[in-house]
Amino acid sequence: MSKTRLNIITAILTVVTIIHISPIFVVLMNSFKANTYVKTHTFEFPNEQTFVGWANYLKGFTFGNYPFFQSVAYSVVITVLSTALILLCTSMAAWYIIRVNSLLCKIAYYLFVFSMVVPFQMVMFTLSKTADTLKLNTPWTIPVVYLGFGAGMATFMFTGFIKSLPLEIEEAAAIDGCGPLRTFFLIILPMLKPTLISVGILEIMWIWNDYLLPYLVLDRTLYMTIPIHIQYLQGSYGAVDLGAIMALIILSIIPVIIFYLTCQKYIIKGVAAGAVKG
Amino acid sequence: MKKKTNDGTSVNSPLLRRPIQRMFFVFLLPTFIAFCIGFVYPFLQGMYLSFCSFTTISSAKFIGIGNYIKALEDATFTHAFWFTALFAVISVVLINVLAFLVAYLLTLKIKGANLFRTAFFMPNLIGGIVLGYIWSMIFNGILSKYQTSILMETKYGFWGLMILMLWQQIGYMMIIYIAGLQSVPEELIEAARIDGANRWQTLIHVTIPNVMSSITICMFLSLTNGFKLFDQNLALTAGQPFIFQDDGSQIKTTEMLALNIYNTFYGQSSAARGTGQAKAVIFFVLVALISVIQLRATRSKEVQQ
Repeated sequence: MSKTRLNIITAILTVVTIIHISPIFVVLMNSFKANTYVKTHTFEFPNEQTFVGWANYLKGFTFGNYPFFQSVAYSVVITVLSTALILLCTSMAAWYIIRVNSLLCKIAYYLFVFSMVVPFQMVMFTLSKTADTLKLNTPWTIPVVYLGFGAGMATFMFTGFIKSLPLEIEEAAAIDGCGPLRTFFLIILPMLKPTLISVGILEIMWIWNDYLLPYLVLDRTLYMTIPIHIQYLQGSYGAVDLGAIMALIILSIIPVIIFYLTCQKYIIKGVAAGAVKG
Repeated sequence: MKKKTNDGTSVNSPLLRRPIQRMFFVFLLPTFIAFCIGFVYPFLQGMYLSFCSFTTISSAKFIGIGNYIKALEDATFTHAFWFTALFAVISVVLINVLAFLVAYLLTLKIKGANLFRTAFFMPNLIGGIVLGYIWSMIFNGILSKYQTSILMETKYGFWGLMILMLWQQIGYMMIIYIAGLQSVPEELIEAARIDGANRWQTLIHVTIPNVMSSITICMFLSLTNGFKLFDQNLALTAGQPFIFQDDGSQIKTTEMLALNIYNTFYGQSSAARGTGQAKAVIFFVLVALISVIQLRATRSKEVQQ
């Protein structure tokens, strides 16, 4: 393709890209405006009249009688614990399923695959009741619920990869007297690294942004996550402070953007892998 | 005897099998118990409850298929179905055409392709609730100039949701298309060019047939995403505007299937929970059906290659 044509395409893409990410900047702009101006002066830069400095951010922290940083902390706890639990348990389960390959394994495998096509609404009522009865309604126990509902895709992706691992290495380890636990943690787990990263990223993206599951399962008077917090503030129609909400949206997007820019390579690989397998 | 998989590699051997099998309690059991708590038991119970009248689980009374009849007669449910179906179909077309276009341009060896890719994918990482409020602010900022808001008209809600979905999904599908386009062998493209095909002919007759598997995956992904849409729907319009029917009940005109089910459970009186569970089963069958068709479509493509 000629140079000029490529330059024209680059120019068009630049414009489109700027438009594409502009909503983030509109939010950033509005996070520094007083509440009443967010609706009327949405697309204007903050000026002397509308600018309120960091007031929205300070307000957002304690808005709605529930400190925002607490929601952030719970979001982090839930995401980290759940992802770690899912990665550990489902990789072990996947290895067991492939290497033992008994009737029970096949049944479990097909159940896992089946669970991938079931939308959350199908189980939302009964799952939240079950979780309540079993006291899985705190940030420290909800990872069990995530493991249960998310086991399908994770196990499926791990089994796909483990199938391609050569048996000889494990057999050599077994002959040398290495038990299953040591074999798994010292030999299999290091080899699983690319899949661990892909699955980990998909789980983080899912759990961090998930709204309905934690909303129904968690004891809402005590625990909120970031999406629940933002929905809760918006839900109280009338008394909504849009400026403060924009500030909170910026605060909740910042960790996502940092995560994205640092792990971009893995995220894009993980997405491609997850899409093809899922 | 080693068991063989389709591609001829063995996946287990007696040497490994026994010791691992003895560790059942460590390897498989924890996941399986969690899976029963988080999926199997709620799923079976949900199936059973769809045939019951209940407000709490302990008060469930078996009533047969009454819930299903009620669900199908429910005007809000059929409205939500058609709204969702229309939305899903249009979004599939728009998302895939635009995502393919961006991916195609980005694979033309232009400068800064990685930077563009980074920017296009970014909205995908933002959660549905936050996305909904970002766009509700933007749409209301525009519409307030015309003394209206996104909650005033169904078509605003529909296209607002569509723009939001495009913003979120194009980057995701673009990544899959880029991976597909990069795997098309260059010799094929070159051969077509030497044979005198122009750029457009090469695209239609060489490139697109070679990325058919990516296209199938993206089409079905965007279709299921459209059908399962919930967070964005809740945050952007929550079903508004409402229209009142003759019998006093209201139809939430921008309510999609998942939100309709949610509202049946938790919105009105808790007496409608049986109907809600029946709707959830119908919803599950719909989504599962799409997935089964997808599986068959991808399988048949693989055979051809």
